Amino acid sequence: MARFKKEGGKSVPGINTGSMSDIIFMFLFFFMVITTMREATLLVKIKPPMAGEVQKLEKKSLVSFIYVGPPIRIQYGTETRIQLNDRFATVADIQEFIAREREARDEADRKLLTTSLKVDGIVRMGVVTDIKQELRKIGAFKINYSTRKKVKNLE
Amino acid sequence: MARPSVEINSGSMADISFLLLTFFLLTSSIDTDLGILRKLPPPVPPDTDVPEINKRNVLNVLVNKYDQLMVSGKPTDINSLKQVAKDFLSNPTNSPDLSESKIIDIPNLGKVPVTKGIISLKNDRGTSYEMYIKVQDELTAAVNELRDQLSKEKFGVPFAKLTNVDYSDAISTAVPVAISEAEPENIGGK
Repeated sequence: MARFKKEGGKSVPGINTGSMSDIIFMFLFFFMVITTMREATLLVKIKPPMAGEVQKLEKKSLVSFIYVGPPIRIQYGTETRIQLNDRFATVADIQEFIAREREARDEADRKLLTTSLKVDGIVRMGVVTDIKQELRKIGAFKINYSTRKKVKNLE
Repeated sequence: MARPSVEINSGSMADISFLLLTFFLLTSSIDTDLGILRKLPPPVPPDTDVPEINKRNVLNVLVNKYDQLMVSGKPTDINSLKQVAKDFLSNPTNSPDLSESKIIDIPNLGKVPVTKGIISLKNDRGTSYEMYIKVQDELTAAVNELRDQLSKEKFGVPFAKLTNVDYSDAISTAVPVAISEAEPENIGGK
């Protein structure tokens, strides 16, 4: 039984923490790859409706977002508002917004610019239709109705 | 004179990378953008003649401000819309009420019947966005199922699994997304 005898006087060696940072960095890169930067601070409440036949938006850099919904903060009222970038806007501002978005892109990419409409489910179609008419006028024909993925029924 | 090598304390390195990690976790979001892609029609000059379309080639889908659905004059449930749209576009029984089709020679597919049918979607300004998306979703589902059907028949795999771009283009041409949105009406008010 002498084998299990404790040898006194020997101190426990310290744990090497040098590789800890490597592990954390790996985490960091993992998250950097799978996530995307938040585009704007939301001023309006958005809970997009569900849909089953959804497609992924490709080329995120070529997407401009229009947010429509009731304001998050109650002092702005409960009426549906449009948000462009970080500010509230009206339907009349959309043409200018799209023009600026185009300016910011490469000449070759401008045709591929998609407008993603992030609209809350309770919004009435009147506002959405007005936005669509504005987009038609300025020639931003590619649009995307942002939706959440519906879990398909097992049949 | 050789100096004894000094070990750099790398313990705080982990703290720094933790800080970076938390920063990225807070500023980024995982949600991938999903949605229904659509192409808006270009604005029509006011003096353009309305093209003559045979009545049987148009499926009228109306949504009122109470989110009720009417398809070709009959009140319809949202759950049956997909089947109605599929029947209208494919017209499997060659019924004289449903859409016509013409035979078109498409590369990679050969001669296939392509429907002349157009689904005309009209909603009120008071329709909720949720209902509108539901209708769009059902109509897209109808088109996608028809594409799947044709793709399975010709190439043996569903449309989404087609890797050859020429093949998927051919299917898209054979089963087009024929959804036209009429100018909205303002009956129900805001």
